[in-house]
Amino acid sequence: MKQQHLQLDNNKRLRHFLTTEGLKRDLLVEILDTAESFTSITHQQVKKVPLLRGKTVVNLFFEASTRTRTTFELAAKRLSADVLNINVPASATNKGETLLDTLRNLEAMHCDMFVVRHQNSGAAHFIAQHCAPHVSVLNAGDGSHAHPTQAMIDMFTIRRHKQEFHTLSVAIVGDILHSRVARSQIHALSTLGVPDIRVIAPRTLIPAEASSLGVHVYHDLDQGLDGVDVIIMLRLQRERMSSALLPSEHEYFKLYGLTKEKLALAKPDVIVMHPGPINRGVEMDSSVADGEHSVILQQVSHGISIRMAVMSMTMQHDLHSGQDT
Amino acid sequence: MALESPDKLIAAMAEQLQQRIDNQQINNPAIVGIHTGGVWIASDLHKRLAIEDPLGTLDISFYRDDFSRIGMSPEVKPSKLPFRIDDRHIILVDDVLYTGRTVRAALNELFDYGRPASVTLATLIVRSGREIPISADVVGAELELGKNQQIKLKGPGDLSLEIVDVAPA
Repeated sequence: MKQQHLQLDNNKRLRHFLTTEGLKRDLLVEILDTAESFTSITHQQVKKVPLLRGKTVVNLFFEASTRTRTTFELAAKRLSADVLNINVPASATNKGETLLDTLRNLEAMHCDMFVVRHQNSGAAHFIAQHCAPHVSVLNAGDGSHAHPTQAMIDMFTIRRHKQEFHTLSVAIVGDILHSRVARSQIHALSTLGVPDIRVIAPRTLIPAEASSLGVHVYHDLDQGLDGVDVIIMLRLQRERMSSALLPSEHEYFKLYGLTKEKLALAKPDVIVMHPGPINRGVEMDSSVADGEHSVILQQVSHGISIRMAVMSMTMQHDLHSGQDT
Repeated sequence: MALESPDKLIAAMAEQLQQRIDNQQINNPAIVGIHTGGVWIASDLHKRLAIEDPLGTLDISFYRDDFSRIGMSPEVKPSKLPFRIDDRHIILVDDVLYTGRTVRAALNELFDYGRPASVTLATLIVRSGREIPISADVVGAELELGKNQQIKLKGPGDLSLEIVDVAPA
C-alpha cells in the first residue's frame, strides 16, 4: 500500500516507477498501450519525438549493466531528453549517506529524472522518498527486489504474441530466489490476470514465501513445462555456484536446461523469453535460444518502447489542468 | 445556429480538393488524417478521391506543445504512414482548425517521417481563435465562435457536428 502511494501522484498518475507490486491493472495496461504507440517511431526517418525536450535524465548506475543502461539512454534520447550517465563504483562507506550526497548534488544540477540501479534492495525507494518534488525515480534493478521495466517488457512481449492474459500458463525457470526480474514478473502477471503462474527451480533457489505469491512451485522441469504458453528462462548467476546452492553448471543444465526435447512438452505455439544475458549451454541450448520459438531479441527492441512509455508517463505528474486544440 | 451535415461538407471538400489537384497538376497525392476526427473525414475523402496509397493516420500526442501542462492523452494511438513521405504531395486532414497548435504538431511529426513535396491542409470546420499563423487550403465551413464555445465532431458512424458551451478557463 505504501509502495503504491509512493509511486503515484495526487491524480493517481505514475510519479515514480519502483516496482510492479501494488500497481493497479489499468495502470499496467496504460504502460503497455503507451509503449505500443511509441513503436511507430522506429518507422520515422528522425527517430525522435519532442516530448521530454529540456528535461535531464540521469542514469545512476551503482552496478554494472550494458543492455538496461543502453536502452534507458536510447529511450531518453528518442524522447529528446538530455542524458547523463553516471557509474558509481560500489562504495564501502555508509550507503545511506553516499546515496543522499549523490542525490543532493544531482538535484543541484537541476536534473529531472533518476534511473537507478543498485546492488541493495530498496535503493530506488530510498531515493524516491528523499528526492525533490519535481524529480521522478525509475528503478532499473535493486538487489534481489525489483526490476519493473524488465517485467513490463516481458508483459509487452507476451501481449504481442498472446493478446489475452487471462487464459495463459506461464513458467518462470531458474534462480527465482535471487531474481528481481522474477519477482516483478510474478506481480505483473498476477495483476494482469494470468491464472497459472509456475516457478520451476531446485529447492535451494526458490524463496520460502513463493507459494504465498500465488504461484505454483515445481522442482521438476518436465512437469512444470507441461502445456505452458510462455517460458521465461532466468539467467543463472554463476557466483551462486560458489555458495554451494548448486552442484555444477553441467548438472544444472541436465536438470533445468531448456532443450528442444523439453520444449516439446509445452504448447506448440509456446514462446521462449530470457531477460539476457544468456549463458548458452547453462540455462538453455543454443538451438532453443536461436530457435523459432525464441522472442529474446524482440524483448530487447521492446525495451526501448517500454522505457519511453514509463519515462513520459512519470514526467507528467502533478500537472495543471487546462486544454486547447 | 444551423450547421450543415458533415456529409455535405465533406462532399464539397472533395470537390475543392479535386479542383486543386487538377489545377496544380498534383500527381499521385496521399491522404493523412489526424486522430481522431480527422481520420474519419480523411477516410471518406480517401474513397471519394480514389487515392491509390492506403490512408495514413497521425496521432500527434507526442508532438503537442502542452505536454508539460496537461501531459499525454491516455488514448494515444500509434501513427501509421504506410508509404514514403519523401517528395510526395500530402493532403493533411483534420476536423476543426482552432488555435492551430494541432496542425503545427502534425506538421512537425510529418516532417520527422520525411520531406514531402507539398502539404495541403483540409479541415471540415475553420473556427475563430487562431493563436499561430496557420490557415487551411480547403475548408468545409467557417464559423465564428466565442472562447467559451467548442465545436465537436461526433462519429465514427454517422458523423454529426455539435456546438457545446464550455466553462470559462
